[in-house]
Amino acid sequence: MTARVGVVTFPGSLDDGDAARAVRIAGAEPVRLWHGDPELHGVDAVVLPGGFSYGDYLRCGAIARFAPVMETIVDAAAGGLPVLGICNGFQILCEAHLLPGALTRNQHLHFRNRDQILRIESTGTAWTNTFQPGQEVLIPVKNGEGCYVADAATLDALEAEGRVVARYVGGNPNGSQRDIAAITNPAGNVVGIMPHPEHAVEALTGPSLDGLGFFTSVLKHLVGAPA
Amino acid sequence: MPRVVVDVMLKPEILDPQGQAVANALPRLGVNDVASVRIGRRIEIEFTGEPDLDRAREIADKLLANPVIEDFTVRLVEADERAEARS
Repeated sequence: MTARVGVVTFPGSLDDGDAARAVRIAGAEPVRLWHGDPELHGVDAVVLPGGFSYGDYLRCGAIARFAPVMETIVDAAAGGLPVLGICNGFQILCEAHLLPGALTRNQHLHFRNRDQILRIESTGTAWTNTFQPGQEVLIPVKNGEGCYVADAATLDALEAEGRVVARYVGGNPNGSQRDIAAITNPAGNVVGIMPHPEHAVEALTGPSLDGLGFFTSVLKHLVGAPA
Repeated sequence: MPRVVVDVMLKPEILDPQGQAVANALPRLGVNDVASVRIGRRIEIEFTGEPDLDRAREIADKLLANPVIEDFTVRLVEADERAEARS
C-alpha cells in the first residue's frame, strides 16, 4: 500500500507545495493537512514545511507551535510518528520542544540563499536511512534565522548520542554552532533540518536529486516499521 | 488599569547580531562611547480583571520568551508610568 505522508500548511507556509511534490516523486501519497484541523487523517508521517508561519511574529515557529494540528503531532511524535521539519518546520519543532535548542538570526544578519553541501552524520533516523554515513549531499539553503544554538551540555549530548544528523561543509551559511544543519530526537523519528531537501528532487529545478533521499528514507522506514 | 509589562532579552551568552549591527552604526551618528547594544522586546499585557503576575509569568514562560535563548522579567506598571515611558 502506498504510504501517506502529511504536509502541514500554516498561514505563511511557502514550501508546502514543493514538499508535497517531493513526497509524490519519492513514491508516496501526499496528504495536505491544515494548521487549524487537529485531525491527521491517518497519515503515516508528517512534514512541516518551510516558510514564515504566522508571519514569524514573536519568534519563528513560536505561534505555530500552538496550532491545533501541532498538539496532535506532538502526541503522535511521542508515539513514533516520523516527523520532518524543514527550515521553518525545524524552528517549529524546537519551539514545540520536540527537538532541543533554538534557531536564531543568522550571525552575519544576511539572508542566505545558495546551494549547500551537507555531510550526513547520522543514517539511523527515519529520514536519513537511505544515505551512507559521511555522504556529502548538495541541497539548497535559504534562511534568515537558521543559526542553531543550544547550551554546551545539549550540544555535547547531541554529539555523543549521534543525534547530529547533518553538518554544513564548505562554509557555514548562518553561524550554527558546530556547523549543525540537522538534528534528531533520541528515538530518531523526529528530524529538523535547516536546508531544503524538497528543493533538490528534480533535475529541472534543483542543484541535485540528493534531497529525494530524505523522502525515500521515510518510506523505507515505514515498510520496516511494525504496523 | 495597571498593566503587566514583560521584558524579554536574549541571554547574555547568546550573540545578538541585531544589537551589534546597531552598535556598529552608532559611530556614523558621531557616537563613539557605546561599548555594546543588546536588543530585546517589551510586551504590555492588560487583563480583563485585576492584573495577575503569576499568569503573566506563565504566558511569558510558555509563549513570549523562549527559555532556551531568552530571559524575561515581569512587573506591574501604573498608567502614569506608562505615559512617562512613552513620552
